[in-house]
Amino acid sequence: MILVWLIAIPLVTGIVAGLVARRSQLLCRWLSLLAMVAGFAMSVAIWVHDYSHIQLLTQRLWIAQIDVPWIASFGIHFHLAMDGMSLLLITLTFLLGITSVMISWREIHDGVGFFHFNLLWVFAGIVGVFLAMDLFLFYFAWELMLIPMYFLIAIWGHERRIYASVKFFLFTQLSGLLMLVAILTLYFAHHAATGVYSFEYADLMGTPMAPHVAMLVMLGFFVAFAVKLPMFPFHTWLPDAHTEAPTAGSVVLAGLLLKTGAYGLLRFVLPLFPDAVHRFAPIATGLAVVGILYGALLAYGQTDLKRLVAYTSVSHMGFVLLGIFIGTPLAIAGAFITIIAHGISTSTMFMTVGMVQERTHTRDMDKLGGLWQTVPRLSGASLFFVLASIGLPGMGDFVGEFLVLLGTFRVSPVLAGLATIGVLCSTFYGLKFVARAFHGSNTHQWKLADLSGREIAIVSAMMVLLLWLGLYPQPVLNTFQPNLQRLEQVVNGPNMAFRR
Amino acid sequence: MSSADIVALLPLIILGATSVAVMLAIAVRRNHAVAAGISLVGLAVAFWSLWPAAAVVPQQVTPLLIIDRFSLYYFGLIIAATFAVIFMAYGYFERHDVQREEFYILLLVATLGSAVLVASDHFISFFLGLEILSVTLYALSAYLVDREVALEAGMKYLVLAAASAAFLLFGMALVYAQSGTMEFPVLARDLAAGGAVHLWVLAGVAFMITGFGFKLAVFPFHLWTPDVYQGAPAPVTAFIASASKGAMFAILLRFFYESGSRDLHSIYLIFAIIAIASMIAGNLLALLQNNVKRILAYSSIAHLGYLLVAFEAGGIMGAAAGTFYLTAYMVTTLGAFGVITVLSSSDRDAEDIEDYRGLFWRRPVLATVFTAMLFSLAGIPLTAGFLGKFYTVAAATNSSIWVLIFVLVVASAIGLFYYLRVVVAMFSTERVPGLPERTLPAVPAMGGLSLAALSFVLIWLGVYPHVILNAIRAAMSGLF
Repeated sequence: MILVWLIAIPLVTGIVAGLVARRSQLLCRWLSLLAMVAGFAMSVAIWVHDYSHIQLLTQRLWIAQIDVPWIASFGIHFHLAMDGMSLLLITLTFLLGITSVMISWREIHDGVGFFHFNLLWVFAGIVGVFLAMDLFLFYFAWELMLIPMYFLIAIWGHERRIYASVKFFLFTQLSGLLMLVAILTLYFAHHAATGVYSFEYADLMGTPMAPHVAMLVMLGFFVAFAVKLPMFPFHTWLPDAHTEAPTAGSVVLAGLLLKTGAYGLLRFVLPLFPDAVHRFAPIATGLAVVGILYGALLAYGQTDLKRLVAYTSVSHMGFVLLGIFIGTPLAIAGAFITIIAHGISTSTMFMTVGMVQERTHTRDMDKLGGLWQTVPRLSGASLFFVLASIGLPGMGDFVGEFLVLLGTFRVSPVLAGLATIGVLCSTFYGLKFVARAFHGSNTHQWKLADLSGREIAIVSAMMVLLLWLGLYPQPVLNTFQPNLQRLEQVVNGPNMAFRR
Repeated sequence: MSSADIVALLPLIILGATSVAVMLAIAVRRNHAVAAGISLVGLAVAFWSLWPAAAVVPQQVTPLLIIDRFSLYYFGLIIAATFAVIFMAYGYFERHDVQREEFYILLLVATLGSAVLVASDHFISFFLGLEILSVTLYALSAYLVDREVALEAGMKYLVLAAASAAFLLFGMALVYAQSGTMEFPVLARDLAAGGAVHLWVLAGVAFMITGFGFKLAVFPFHLWTPDVYQGAPAPVTAFIASASKGAMFAILLRFFYESGSRDLHSIYLIFAIIAIASMIAGNLLALLQNNVKRILAYSSIAHLGYLLVAFEAGGIMGAAAGTFYLTAYMVTTLGAFGVITVLSSSDRDAEDIEDYRGLFWRRPVLATVFTAMLFSLAGIPLTAGFLGKFYTVAAATNSSIWVLIFVLVVASAIGLFYYLRVVVAMFSTERVPGLPERTLPAVPAMGGLSLAALSFVLIWLGVYPHVILNAIRAAMSGLF
């Protein structure tokens, strides 16, 4: 039941908060915050309570689950289930939920009710994606989270919001439809083999298919997830969407929506199509490395702060893709840590950029500069997250990318070498970000208010989490361990990709 | 005629009687509310009579009509759609200074025509039903005679419908000349008997496709659609888009599945080409429009293309998917035109995209309903349209018609553009400089009620379609 609550709380609160906003905007904000805090508290409670046996999850697959028939004539079930991976991602989801409500406290003035309605519904959709174990339900949630996201960008975004939101919607819808066709092909292949109509994840695993069919079906899933991730060359929606979205929207996009793509690869693509993944791995890893380098290169070329951060996401998510398709346990664990750490560091970078923009009304580096003299705390915080993002040891991103590189090196030193160049490049754009916006002399005579108490609370919480991930990632790794083991079992051996 | 025949025919009889009753009531005293009231009661009774009729089906009533579960399902659909149209039309015509009462007679006769079409099992009843429907639609399209566009719509519909009916008749004649029968089941036996299909039969069926294609408004027979959609009063457009097309799709399924001519390779190929062309042309042409009615017109061409994909998928699953898609589409399109209807004032219909700019901030509920309808057309979850598209793609995947699936996927993506355009306009926070704030008419109670009901059904079908899916499965027993 607790899984239903995790989805129902944001759904219901979204409606209530949307309605009360006419009376009191403050009440609407507090209600939304309360819902996010409740969700966060619940997921942390599950984690703490079940921590001891999550690591031993070999007998029992799920921490919790609920399974009721939904549309019986198609064999569709309302099946939610949670394991270590979902738990961690949902904890991250609600954490970012709290921050995105707080970060919008002063930024959003128009249509407050509808804004919070959309925000809460995006989170409900994302939690649904992380919990759904029936492929129809998964697709349902997958599509559902897009609509509120689209509205967040289209209504509260910046100058070119319409263009950006339509592009975002189009990319994700088109790839989503391909996934639908793939899901259905799998469904009918399963029926042909067993005579049972089922969308159940566990049933569909190991469905016998001709190799070329399996490859095409895998690609259907892969495209949907690669667009979300985003993988080069499907990344072009991302800079626009990130740049035009309001701060909370960028936080959700960078912190969570991209992660649903990585989650999909880990949850569905690897276990359902191990052989096709094996054959496809050279292409995927190649594109991943291209993404790492290309993203870093483009990030360096930007003068718009948000665009710069957006392109760094392309680069970092390249590491995630690389880790997943290299497929050694080290690399996958690294990819997962990167997912979490990037979710925290990049979304906070978007928040700091949002804070700069809120104060100066520009994101253009050329119009900024010398901010350190007037807002030292904000500048220091930005520096911290830039350093985290470029992989300074001691912070979460470093652990993730290091593990990915380590895992890759054992399989393909060339790819590892190229990806390391990507890490090197990140130093350039990171330093450019700090140098151009915050250092130098204050030629534009900015006189701004430094971080408020609310902002300090958000930023310092994120700092602590990043340091924790960087210095002691073991609890996260332990929680992820059962997933890792199961991935290995599915593909019969420690290394899925090249070493067979 | 046995008593079972009468019971099976009850829905048709009640529909016919109701239109007579309305006519008599007008002869006694003109009163808009009474005319609408009698029509609604008649429709409700006709809907109720589906249950007694269901007890005696399948029933062949004369060689002309077959009342089976398939007919009854579509009766229900058409009657419910007409019911919703009357709810909308009442408030709409209250604002217009015309003779309002005859509208209901025409609408009821059109409903009767649609129902006959659905139940026909013979060329004669097919043609009769079609003509009853068409002739009333000419008058309905041009009902607001003081509007030039309405007259143009009526004329255009008249000329093109007459031409397509001629093609249809010629096709029937060719089939009859060769096979010597006008009954679908007999035709099916002839076709199933094997041997090469005579060229005349093939040519006849091909000519008949012209007639079908016109009424369904699929490419390349779609030319009337945008003008009639735009020119006809909004409730009439709603009827044309829902009940009329629904009846035509039912007879399409009935004729081509029952006679077995769907399985002829060349016929199959023709429909595949029509489906692809409709999906692409409809969506591309809709991109160029600024008029919401015309956007919906072109989008309907695309949607009929999607329906033909389900038709092409074949088997019980294809027919059921098509029927579900059509049900979802009827609910959606009625809702969409319902919003246009309640926003229309006495001098013009709310059809410019500019009419909808910022609607959400002034009429949040109405805008939300319209958004839900547009999302349903686009096939977004929580709405009926999503499940319809899901079912259609499922049926198509099951039949491995990959080319059609691929076109459907790409076309739906293109379709998003123009649905989002309307949505974006509704949620826009910008004011158009220089344009005076248009005062929005108050939403009439009945129109609001029908929109609420349609929205409820839209979500219900999208989230928990179990009941309706079972009903459709049962209905398909009539075809197979």
